[in-house]
Amino acid sequence: MTKLKVGIIGSGNIGTDLMYKIERSPVLEMSVMVGIDPDSDGLKRAKDRGYEIISTGIKGLAERLDLVDIVYDATSAYAHAINSEILIAAGKKVIDLTPAAIGPFTVPPVNLNEHIEKSNVNMVTCGGQATIPMIHAINRVVQVEYAEIVATIASKSAGPGTRANIDEFTSTTSRAIEVVGGAKKGKAIIILNPAEPPIIMRDTVHALVEEEGHEKEILNSIQEMVSEVQKYVPGYTLKGDPIFEGKKVSIFLEVNGAADYLPAYAGNLDIMTAAAVQVGNEMARHLLREKEAIK
Amino acid sequence: MSKSFEILDVSLRDGSHSVRHAFTEEQVRAVAKGLNAAGVRYFEVSHGDGLGGSSLQYGLSATDELKLIETAVSECTTSEVSVLLIPGIGTKENLQAAARLGAKMVRVATHVTEADVAAQHIQLGRELGLKTAGFLMMSHMAPVEKIVEQAKLFESYGAEIVYVTDSAGAMLPQDVTARIQALRQELQCEIGFHAHNNLSMAMANTIAAVESGATYIDGSIRALGAGAGNTQTEVMVAVLEKLGYQADIDLYKILDVANQVIAPMMQQPQEITGGSLLLGHAGVYSSFLLHAQKAAQQFGVDERDILMELGRMKTVGGQEDLIYEVAQHLIKA
Repeated sequence: MTKLKVGIIGSGNIGTDLMYKIERSPVLEMSVMVGIDPDSDGLKRAKDRGYEIISTGIKGLAERLDLVDIVYDATSAYAHAINSEILIAAGKKVIDLTPAAIGPFTVPPVNLNEHIEKSNVNMVTCGGQATIPMIHAINRVVQVEYAEIVATIASKSAGPGTRANIDEFTSTTSRAIEVVGGAKKGKAIIILNPAEPPIIMRDTVHALVEEEGHEKEILNSIQEMVSEVQKYVPGYTLKGDPIFEGKKVSIFLEVNGAADYLPAYAGNLDIMTAAAVQVGNEMARHLLREKEAIK
Repeated sequence: MSKSFEILDVSLRDGSHSVRHAFTEEQVRAVAKGLNAAGVRYFEVSHGDGLGGSSLQYGLSATDELKLIETAVSECTTSEVSVLLIPGIGTKENLQAAARLGAKMVRVATHVTEADVAAQHIQLGRELGLKTAGFLMMSHMAPVEKIVEQAKLFESYGAEIVYVTDSAGAMLPQDVTARIQALRQELQCEIGFHAHNNLSMAMANTIAAVESGATYIDGSIRALGAGAGNTQTEVMVAVLEKLGYQADIDLYKILDVANQVIAPMMQQPQEITGGSLLLGHAGVYSSFLLHAQKAAQQFGVDERDILMELGRMKTVGGQEDLIYEVAQHLIKA
């Protein structure tokens, strides 16, 4: 089968991890890594693996648009606004891993196919990818009035972009809890823990539902959803049993990563990049089918 | 000796943990009025976990904290209201809202090793014209050099005060002296200290801090704060006077607030129980105490086992969700 060419902008933790995952895709082909620091580890690794590299950012990529069909942006919300405009004008598909949220939020097990025809889709945040499937799992049984998530990640797995813009994590995640998760109101909290050895990403979902009961259906729905997520993040597991207290449901999760770039503790990196590859795959299949139809 | 420090009272913020975030407008009004009359320069009003802390994770506020801040501000003629902001929980938007209502000071808190998440919030505090501080929580968990490095980050973002915060009440006077002295030497800005009394060290630690050069010190009336509470404000006023400092706070008036206003609103005495002692011993964030007691009851396990395990796991502030998971795990063990 033909593959579509992928560019990644942002050679930090997310971009580099993404590169390894794209290598395993049946429909995507890693083509170019774009960064702004020629000495960055991500650019070096991309070069070593035989990919094109551009160290002059979007300016450099704008001159080599023949290299890409689909572009992943793992820079910052601010940079993404500029990048997206240039790429979309050139007819490229953009998958946004920053909190910019120009395009619609996509969380694969909830709405993978809903937005694949759009030119720009947004991957929410790591905490959103880990918890929104669970909120949706409750919400498809009984209306969630309020959902709150707490993402605890190892300090080492939070790069400088995340740290400088921590409010964007909370605001973007809160909005996606409502828009994709279906909760009437959402809230997000993020905690960095510097313990050594680094802690594995943990996520907790607290939800208030419209009415008590439905425990068994909710538990079944949660289990099914865990299996769905495990298809692309095998290390996604429940820790302990969900706790029911009146209208409150609490779910405890742990996310072990695939250790493509950072070690397995950085499940936050993995769940984001693995979800983004799912979206890229579906977009590519859709585009390839369209091309086929035209022929 | 003349006055060389400011006392900041945290009863209406740290005390929020002790009353399970149920402060009413009337209570806040009465405390604010009393603190203002007694001459306390700054006092803090926020959810226990700072602005935006109202949550299922930490406890929902019975009354919106913004309403409480507004009420407190309206009682101030000389005192000023401070707010706490923990990036990751609260946001810049929360701070803007508090400043609009008349808050005059913000303390931006991070775990002792994570100061760089606070750059934007500290900058915003300065832009809004607030007295702006950085607050290094769980300071017992990092060596002196690390604290200096992180404090310098806060200072570089524009913090006017950097606090050594003993969130777990785990420090001994020599730990405080080493940290405050190092900061005094390496920083230009003012140094503050915030204690918890879990090992009965709060007053001793506060003296060590003042004698090492701290110029901002925290207290709570009747020690109304998380765990066994903080340095008791009214006691601190008396002790510092005996040491020859001038606190500029009216002792009788602050005692009146303690006896007439704070005492009736306390849900339990702020004594050092087995649980709070273990917070200090194991180095666990003080607000975990009441959650651990609840989880112990709910799952039929010993609160002390939960707290020891949380210490072993090197948990940081905000990880209350782990308490329930640990309790569940203990039954199965």
